[in-house]
Amino acid sequence: MIHTFTVRGYSIALDVFSGSVHVVDRVALEAIRLYESKTREETASSLISLFPDEPDLTEENINSLLDTLGELKSAGKLYSSDDYLRSTDLCRKDSAVIKALCLHVAHACNLTCSYCFAGQGKYKGQTELMSAETGCKALDFLVERSGKRRHLEVDFFGGEPLLNWEVVKEIVRYGRELEKKHNKLFRFTLTTNGVALDEEIMAFCNREMHNMVLSLDGRKEIHDHYRVDHKGRGSYDIIVPKFQEFVRSRKDSGYYIRGTYTKNNLDFLEDIRHMADLGFTQLSMEPVVTAPDDPEALTEKDLSILFNQYEELALLMLKRKREGRGFDFYHFNIDLENGPCIKKRLSGCGSGTEYLAVTPNGDLYPCHQFVGDEGFKMGSLDEGIVNLGLQDEFAKNTLFSHQECRDCWAQLFCAGGCAANAFHATGSISGVYKLGCELFKKRIECALMLQAALTEA
Amino acid sequence: MEIKTLKTRDLKLSMENGGCGECQTSCVANQPCEQ
Repeated sequence: MIHTFTVRGYSIALDVFSGSVHVVDRVALEAIRLYESKTREETASSLISLFPDEPDLTEENINSLLDTLGELKSAGKLYSSDDYLRSTDLCRKDSAVIKALCLHVAHACNLTCSYCFAGQGKYKGQTELMSAETGCKALDFLVERSGKRRHLEVDFFGGEPLLNWEVVKEIVRYGRELEKKHNKLFRFTLTTNGVALDEEIMAFCNREMHNMVLSLDGRKEIHDHYRVDHKGRGSYDIIVPKFQEFVRSRKDSGYYIRGTYTKNNLDFLEDIRHMADLGFTQLSMEPVVTAPDDPEALTEKDLSILFNQYEELALLMLKRKREGRGFDFYHFNIDLENGPCIKKRLSGCGSGTEYLAVTPNGDLYPCHQFVGDEGFKMGSLDEGIVNLGLQDEFAKNTLFSHQECRDCWAQLFCAGGCAANAFHATGSISGVYKLGCELFKKRIECALMLQAALTEA
Repeated sequence: MEIKTLKTRDLKLSMENGGCGECQTSCVANQPCEQ
């Protein structure tokens, strides 16, 4: 399968099943589209009629171009087959190994953001904080089930995890003890709204947290529209100076400034530009995940505007990089040479198998987005995984279980997408959240366009 | 008439040289291999 596209003057042919990326001109792009369905003579004739003003379109050059396409095909870099994916052990994820936990250390929050998928941090339940005992038990649970995996990940999440800060520190200290005993490496990460950040917390995080996710929606008026405290006061003026100090102290690495965009800011590029102007360089801006009837929800009518925003974002990144003040956008980060292997591309994020969420009282869910939905409770730290049917459903939820993805060129970039988004959009974890797909595909096209542009120099 | 092929990981070959599971849980395109 080949995907050919042009973004802002860059024409690209992606060979889906080999992962090869070819940057081409308009004639070569058309030749690639014709090559498999036409004879050489028909292709040559079509090219001449399509590009009558192209001076280089001689018989010799056309033959040379078609020879090159033939060589690329022989090398497995064009028109490659997906036959190699039919191996049976790729059709089911390994549910015996767990390597990542999302620890809900606080089902409570000092903000009350209206778009929060976690229901202002309480996940349809009561305010609740995780005890250190439960947190340490979760790390034991993770180590015991991690098999030969050396890298283990624990994200402190909420609600607002800083509302349970002493417990966070205790869990980290316990994790460092476990590392020595079991020859493991814990990667601790923490997601925060920043309100409670202080120097002591920053210093501890700089020592212990591999990555920090810092919530900021961009422009003050956008941020303060949603991200308000319990008295309705915006949080922008409180958190921005703290984030700037924090990022400086982390030497501008090991963090993402992470925003949410909604129907209210379809011009989200201006929010990303604002983040960059504040001095942040590791940026992430996510489409809101909410019920379709929510007035903030994105719809298919918004797609053309959003597509344009992503393309403009790619151009802004190129411009600023050339000016020596570049920034990274999470969804445009693609490492073509050292990206994920095919097993990872088929299995996805690992929710419900190698990745679980732990609630404050020790219940287990497939991931943070399923917490609060009793139908998705998988078990608990005390009793282990008891809902084996649900675990099996997630283990089988690979790219192959998504029938609608069979003909999609982006399938090996998204692995079938997010199970939670699919469930909330379609009622099935192997369904397809179509709006999310369209945004994802545009982001991948822009990411590949950036790769093409950066290899020009 | 130009074709420039970028350096990319061979996905078919990664059947043999991948699958260690040490990479970061994404929450797949944006995750580097950590083998």
